[in-house]
Amino acid sequence: MSVTLDLTQRSHAALENDVLQGALKRATDTFIEKRREAITSVTEWEALRQRAHLVKEHTINHLDYYLEQLVAKVEGHGGKVFWARTGDDVNNHIIELAKKRGVKSVVKSKSMATEEIELNHALEASGIRPIETDLGEYIIQLADEKPTHIIAPAIHKTREQIADLFAEKLREGRPREVAEITAMARKRLRNEFLSAEMGITGANFAIAETGTIVLVENEGNIRLSTQVPKIHVAVVGIEKVIPRFDDLSVFLRLLPRSGTGQKQTAYVSFLNGPRKAKDDFEFHLVLMDNGRTRILADEQMRESLYCIRCGACLNVCPVYQKIGGQAYGWIYPGPIGAVISPQLQSLDQSGDLPFASSLCGACRQACPVDINLPDMLLALRAKAKEADIGRKLSERAAMRGFSFVARHPKLFAASGKFLRFFGRLFSKDERIQSAPFGPLRDWTQYRDLPAPRGRSFRERWKENSK
Amino acid sequence: MRVSLFITCLVDQMFPEVGEAMVTTLRRLGVEVGFNDAQTCCGQVAFNTGYRPEARAMAEHFVKVFEDDNADFIVAPSGSCTAMVRNFYRELFQDSNDEQWRQRINGVGSRLREFSEFIVNELGVEDVGARFPSRVTYHDACHLLRELGISEQPRRLIRAVRDLDLIEMEAPDTCCGFGGTFSVKYGEISNAILQEKLARIENSGAEYVVANDSSCLMQIAGGLSRVGSQVKTMHLAELLAKQ
Repeated sequence: MSVTLDLTQRSHAALENDVLQGALKRATDTFIEKRREAITSVTEWEALRQRAHLVKEHTINHLDYYLEQLVAKVEGHGGKVFWARTGDDVNNHIIELAKKRGVKSVVKSKSMATEEIELNHALEASGIRPIETDLGEYIIQLADEKPTHIIAPAIHKTREQIADLFAEKLREGRPREVAEITAMARKRLRNEFLSAEMGITGANFAIAETGTIVLVENEGNIRLSTQVPKIHVAVVGIEKVIPRFDDLSVFLRLLPRSGTGQKQTAYVSFLNGPRKAKDDFEFHLVLMDNGRTRILADEQMRESLYCIRCGACLNVCPVYQKIGGQAYGWIYPGPIGAVISPQLQSLDQSGDLPFASSLCGACRQACPVDINLPDMLLALRAKAKEADIGRKLSERAAMRGFSFVARHPKLFAASGKFLRFFGRLFSKDERIQSAPFGPLRDWTQYRDLPAPRGRSFRERWKENSK
Repeated sequence: MRVSLFITCLVDQMFPEVGEAMVTTLRRLGVEVGFNDAQTCCGQVAFNTGYRPEARAMAEHFVKVFEDDNADFIVAPSGSCTAMVRNFYRELFQDSNDEQWRQRINGVGSRLREFSEFIVNELGVEDVGARFPSRVTYHDACHLLRELGISEQPRRLIRAVRDLDLIEMEAPDTCCGFGGTFSVKYGEISNAILQEKLARIENSGAEYVVANDSSCLMQIAGGLSRVGSQVKTMHLAELLAKQ
């Protein structure tokens, strides 16, 4: 089945889902308002964005240098580092480590990187039980669903749906209030934190200068996941490295405000290797490529690696606001998803995502690192057409034809006249409300079109000049 | 002051009255207006859909048409078409051999202005002598706003129209859902976005929604017509020509 059909089908399902529509509107409206409030007081917001862009540009252009610095520092702290080329490499390494240490259960914090490689499925297949500890992730793990937003994975679920889910899966009665839902999860998760032999997280930033892994959160599950179990594994995309500790002064001001509209998250963890208070605690850093070096090699697309996964672009995207995260078909939704999915996967798999955009540019405006997302969507569209993904012969013929006609003004004028005449055949009461085929049919499925005029501007100009 | 019209293929073929209104107002302001009928289309549709070779061919034609027109400025009734030439043409001529083309493009692009931008920034005029008793709301077209940074000029021009009441709708800078071929490739999503815009327009209480881009207006008008709304669309040029 072609991707177009999937995306059109999935978005259709999303648009018909009234509950989802309500949830999306509430969530995105709230995020947008909170972000707006949070950045109003930051008069140097624009300067911060530009600085962040420059730091990321510099780092990505010297990624090998900073990664090696990071690794040396982490090892200096007593941490172990593993370079993983593919998602399978990551999963196999973690499973091997887990088996060696007799790990039976793993507590996980929310990590898009681990979702990307389906770590949980790999663990389960090896007889190791992963437990998501971020409340939103815990919910979708119970529901066996994919996340619908980068930072708020379960926004598509209502309180009622969650209560039903908990009642069914946890079998401790049906919680009625939000506080009861949270308390139920907390009790379950507390036991899991205390008994898990391993904690797996991602990282928001990895500081090369100091060998520090930086994690932001509001629930405290990262604190528990990284400090209680004996082994902490951080799966970190290679693009997450930043040069110096001081650079956090830019990124930590941008990330929470852009993501949740908070001035600062409830907890910020700075982890330098394994927990020193205990002798037998381990820290493992797994640096993941999984297609990132491919993006790195493409000068036009390299900027997509600057993303700090805040989710701001999702919230302001008119397409995301209507179809939600699951319609994108993988785990990265919204504008950033439309840019990195075809690259981390392939144009064959998700080459249609870049076309499902009106190119309004709101994403770039909201991006705290000023990533030129619209430009990258356009570049991917060009790549898709070069590679003839989707084989749209009639579209290609139409574009070729239009381009030819547009280089021959008299032909252009004549074709226009003909098309307008043709269009008038479908007009009634100065409107076209339906047509049997082609773009006119697609258009009139939802909207009217004014009946074409008898004379074009160029014809009128010519007449008036006589 | 002599200007050359970049009429845009959409206005030329589908909304010629917008072009006529533009000419009327410019002449009223004492500007000499020329129109080179060798012009056709800037190539935005091909570029946005990923057909860069086809877009480049159209861009080359465009540059040839406009580079020798002896006009002080080239004026267009569209933010997206203006942005295509000023901001995106360079993407099509990135080769080391394209240095000459880049210069030629710059010669044209540096003289190109969107209609409201031309009147306010170049002529220094806000009151064009128009009168139109009505309640009007203004839609910020995406490329006009985010690619060209134009949002104040149209509002100043609209406020100066006599007996007109400019009402801001909620979030006027949100997309109408057109997006070129997106509107037909992903019609259902495009329409869902459009419905949000229509709701904001209705809630504003305006009788007219004005914008600087015929593409947005076509999308919005198409939706208003389909739901039988009394609200009408109007291009800024048409509004400014009202007396």
